[in-house]
Amino acid sequence: MIDTEALVAELPRLRRYGRALLGDVARADDLVQDTIERALRKTAHWQGGNLRAWLLTLMHNVFVNQIRRNDALRGASEADTVELAMRDASGDGLGLRDLDRAMQALSADHREILLLVGLENLRYEEIAGVLNVPIGTVMSRLNRARAQLKAQLDGSTARPALTRVK
Amino acid sequence: MMMKQPDNALLQAFADGQLDAAEHTELAQWLATHPEAAAQVAQWQAQSAAMHTAYDPVLDEPVPAHLLAAARNAASASNGSRWGMAAAIGWLAIGLFGGFIAGRNTDTTPATMAHMPLARQAAIAHAVYAPEVRHPVEVGADQRDHLLGWLSKRLGHPIVAPALEPLGYQLVGGRLLSGESGPGALLMYEDASGERLTLFVSADTGDSATAFRFAEHDKVKVFYWVDAGYGYALSGTLPRERLLTVATSVYRALNP
Repeated sequence: MIDTEALVAELPRLRRYGRALLGDVARADDLVQDTIERALRKTAHWQGGNLRAWLLTLMHNVFVNQIRRNDALRGASEADTVELAMRDASGDGLGLRDLDRAMQALSADHREILLLVGLENLRYEEIAGVLNVPIGTVMSRLNRARAQLKAQLDGSTARPALTRVK
Repeated sequence: MMMKQPDNALLQAFADGQLDAAEHTELAQWLATHPEAAAQVAQWQAQSAAMHTAYDPVLDEPVPAHLLAAARNAASASNGSRWGMAAAIGWLAIGLFGGFIAGRNTDTTPATMAHMPLARQAAIAHAVYAPEVRHPVEVGADQRDHLLGWLSKRLGHPIVAPALEPLGYQLVGGRLLSGESGPGALLMYEDASGERLTLFVSADTGDSATAFRFAEHDKVKVFYWVDAGYGYALSGTLPRERLLTVATSVYRALNP
């Protein structure tokens, strides 16, 4: 059985991961909610160990199912554009806009591996478990994802800033 | 110490802090004399640092109440907790009732929304009345004084309509609703494009928190708070951060 407060303590990090993965507050929180509900159904399978890695595994599975079900939803909606533009206006700076835009331009596979390594600091073996891929795939995918992110960031400086949508 | 050219995987493991102390030290020494590889490592590390800069602010946001409730429910469910069961029944009832309310076409009968959390009452009221073309409000803003006097009298509490003109929203008017513990007031605002916001006010909801909270029900976003025995909820379908801006203005107007 999962400890309530341990689960609650993971919520901010799950929200951060969801936000970075989806680039949208509402959809990220929906993903977190679905993850919690899956944890509820699978709580009997929880054997102890790294709760964060287990939750990220569930979140990955929910996310992958959503992509399969709902491919049409990919890509920034108008609401996303407004939200990003608003963040810029609120002084969060260029770093967020450029990095987030570059991240959202990557494939979901690449975004996930970068976040699991760079943001969640999971060990490569743990990431192999979360994504259910061999560790060799983790390493090669990470290498490609980093190159893709660099290419996106290098390219983004030439693009005009987002206009604010009313 | 001489060391052969490390492969990419080893350099990445170094950049990500995944080597043991001895390996890390050895590779750090090698990198000191290999600036190209060191630059590559530094660039990878900068990417990770940028991710933290971009996304760590999420860690400081309050966790939405519905996620906290879901987590507490999830963690206790294997225990067969009464709370979990009660919550499940409650959500079911709300779902049925919400469907009932949302399915109504009439707009002149005050909705009964007993035993519903503040945010959900507000979201449903918004979903029912905001799309209304002919009768969005009972009393229009042209009778502002009458409207506020009437609602204040029925709620037994002074109802103020915050001035949101600086944010582009004009008061449309308001209506009386039946809230969880007595009457509730719904004020409606509209911007030039027809985008509508509603401010729901009702007497003590049994919720003692006073902090801003966020909830979302069926695409209606709600910022809500409880202040001096009255619950306030601002609902709309605009992006969360814009809604927060308006909610902050409303709060300031009500607490000068």
